[in-house]
Amino acid sequence: MTKQYKAAALISGGLDSMLAARAIQEQGIYVEGLNFFTGFCVEGHTHAIRKKDQNRPKRNNALWVAEQLGMKLHFVDVIEEYKEVLFNPKHGYGAHLNPCLDCKIFMVEKALEWIKENEFDFIITGEVIGQRPKSQRKETMPVIARESGAGGLLLRPLCAKNLPATIPEQEGWIDREALFDFSGRTRKPQMALAERYGFTEYAQPAGGCCFLTDAQYSVKLTDLWKSRGSKAYELDDIMLLKVGRHLRPKPEFKVIISREEGEGKFLQGYKNQYVSLKTTSHAGPLALLDGQLEPGDLELAARMVARYSQGRNAEQVELEVREKDGTTRTLSVTPLPPSEIQKGWLL
Amino acid sequence: MSASDEVVTVDARRLLCPMPVIRVQNEVKKSPPGTRIRAICTDPGALSDIPAWARINGHKIIATESLDDEHIITLEVGEA
Repeated sequence: MTKQYKAAALISGGLDSMLAARAIQEQGIYVEGLNFFTGFCVEGHTHAIRKKDQNRPKRNNALWVAEQLGMKLHFVDVIEEYKEVLFNPKHGYGAHLNPCLDCKIFMVEKALEWIKENEFDFIITGEVIGQRPKSQRKETMPVIARESGAGGLLLRPLCAKNLPATIPEQEGWIDREALFDFSGRTRKPQMALAERYGFTEYAQPAGGCCFLTDAQYSVKLTDLWKSRGSKAYELDDIMLLKVGRHLRPKPEFKVIISREEGEGKFLQGYKNQYVSLKTTSHAGPLALLDGQLEPGDLELAARMVARYSQGRNAEQVELEVREKDGTTRTLSVTPLPPSEIQKGWLL
Repeated sequence: MSASDEVVTVDARRLLCPMPVIRVQNEVKKSPPGTRIRAICTDPGALSDIPAWARINGHKIIATESLDDEHIITLEVGEA
């Protein structure tokens, strides 16, 4: 009886990993998908929070791809383990805090652990030589295979013909001639293959699937580390960096101010972890105070929050100050004039 | 009591997708077929993500309901 070979596909939700998985399914291989969650994945987060986006269709693209391909998908929570990748990337960062090459090595390493535990035979990714400047280059392909420990068990179906044959090809588990030789940044071969497979709908490339490639997010994360004196974070910290305006008027504290109702609701979920401020005399945002406040700082923060309320031109704005234990009091302040909000405060 | 009589609650409030799915997935892994799992979520994305995850992994959605800002999805664990 012929053995049914099994492959684990790294599924991001984008077109390339979708095509790679389908290409291997076409060869009679049983494929299941893996999606690694680092905490920095873009996948719909801010859309889920913001009220104006509430009516947009919410879809996790990795799940959607798996459903289109008729395969199982396993999410792998790597939030804790990923910290070491982010803090000390052996191959350095990209343009911002994105450790893309180390990240790819790490994910393939985790996939290798998974296939061993689950008795699968090899790993596939949607990588294409030259597709991304940091992690998908001719020189980095063998680095990922070697440093992840996957070696010849790592197959990239979309550019396999540009690379040495892997174990599945050498052993005849799959037909190398039916694989592809894509390279470079052009998307035309992927589009053509998508058409061949009958994929009329797929996620468009949107400049990365990770918040660490975002300049503003990286500034906020660097500020978080600097304020704490160490590169440390918890999931709540990195989620909060995705929400609201972050202003740091003093090194000791920052104010996170919601920009709209959905963000206000989201921040409300943190009211037992942070002192919060909410305007009561006028419609306005909810704000969280993060850090150590000195005498006078609470008033400064309240004036900042009032500045972003409907009472910005009023003489006085009243706010409710809520302590972490739920006790409240009222504060009346003059909104801070825009000219007094220094440019450097906004992260 | 049979597995289907039990309802295990997963509190995924305040978590954004895919964390509610991951919490459900972790609970499913340690539950025998027939167990019912009730996920309480605040991310409306869970209303599509948890059923999609359940469909592709062979589990059955029993009910979904939304009350104010909370969304409750109940599924029954399928055969592995």
